[in-house]
Amino acid sequence: MSIYGKSLISPDDFTVEELQTVVNTAREMMDTGMTAYQDLCRGKILATLFYEPSTRTKLSFESAMLRMGGSILGFGDANTSSVAKGESIADTVRVISSYADIAVMRHHKEGAPKLAAQYATIPFINGGDGGHQHPTQTLTDLLTVAKYKGEFKDQVVAFCGDLKFGRTVHSLIRTLARLQTKKIILVSPEELTLPQNLYRELLERGIKMEVVTCLEGIISEVDVLYMTRIQRERFFNEADYQRLKDTYILDVHKLERAKSDMIIMHPLPRVNEIAYEIDNDPRAIYFKQAECGVYARMALMALQLGVM
Amino acid sequence: MMQVTSISEGIVLDHITSGNGLKIFSKLNLAALDHPVVLLMNVPSRLLGRKDIIKIQNIKDIDLAMIGLVDSSTTVNVISGGKIISKHKVGIPEEVRGLFKCSNPRCVTNSDTYAEPIFHLVDAKSREYACEYCEETTKYRL
Ligand SMILES: [Zn+2]
Repeated sequence: MSIYGKSLISPDDFTVEELQTVVNTAREMMDTGMTAYQDLCRGKILATLFYEPSTRTKLSFESAMLRMGGSILGFGDANTSSVAKGESIADTVRVISSYADIAVMRHHKEGAPKLAAQYATIPFINGGDGGHQHPTQTLTDLLTVAKYKGEFKDQVVAFCGDLKFGRTVHSLIRTLARLQTKKIILVSPEELTLPQNLYRELLERGIKMEVVTCLEGIISEVDVLYMTRIQRERFFNEADYQRLKDTYILDVHKLERAKSDMIIMHPLPRVNEIAYEIDNDPRAIYFKQAECGVYARMALMALQLGVM
Repeated sequence: MMQVTSISEGIVLDHITSGNGLKIFSKLNLAALDHPVVLLMNVPSRLLGRKDIIKIQNIKDIDLAMIGLVDSSTTVNVISGGKIISKHKVGIPEEVRGLFKCSNPRCVTNSDTYAEPIFHLVDAKSREYACEYCEETTKYRL
């Protein structure tokens, strides 16, 4: 496979086959168990360049590399690290390329990891750039669906909440469309619908789609329910927020008509989109998503390093 | 029609929409050239009614993307040995490098000196360009 030596900045950088390879490799790792891979990356170094703090993502990458016997170096906050203020990303990355075998970058500036990858001589991973792209979150979500539901072509996936501003959600929707998902249902208030150009792109791909404003009417046909954050600042006034908030919060009542094997996903951390009473429902797998995240990153890095 | 010395080597930008000649002149910073440059404005034209023309002596290499952004109907005539050796409409450029800034304040091209803004045309009618780095669209305005 051609993932060896390749960077991952946006999910679109990988072909459908390459995405499937990462997911399949991660599933194999999950089924086999961690210990079988403890020497896979012995002698390899992962550089974690976190210009913006994100404990969750950083720990997930570090865990993945340590689980495979590799080592890590890097920084978690550009303000406290020795990354010189004003130094170009290009200069930093050219130096880092000689310190490590693979690198992950998180940056508050959109497009920074893409710029970095152009100057790096090692495989580069985008660990999130502003609200722009977060491809390993996408891989994690894909793995979660594959692990708990099976083939994408059999899934009716509903996205609920803010579909306008969440660009990482846009990436996931686009990627699911590329993977020939059976049907995508978009559930959002009229103020927060999917951008027109993405909607048209999905139509052109021939994906079956449905657009609704209310979860209740469609929940009985859903296999994967993906909840997104609704942020208060997206609304013009408090009254609108209160009105919409109640429609897009998942509670036990709304789940009554859902399939017994439907899965509920959420990128975490949640604000209040999912009532705490749902956490004990077997369909709630958002905490297992975090576990999938480590395996997705293990598989990705093992393939990029050519050890798998 | 008023006669202006024709050039034997160089470029003639013809069919510039009346009023855009001065914009192209200043955007390309033609005043700084070491060669003779002529800007003709409000020239009678069968096609356009009135048009602007720019003649640049001795220069054959010019930033066509910038001309296309200002006025895509401009015709570029390359002159050699007193003859027109090529003639084409500039059109709207598919890719633009470094000519304008990304409208997204969070974009890396607005904060990192290494990052040259690169844009790809997404909608010719509205002159919308998508940023290579952050993918946000920017409408080109003069
Ligand atoms: Zn940009």
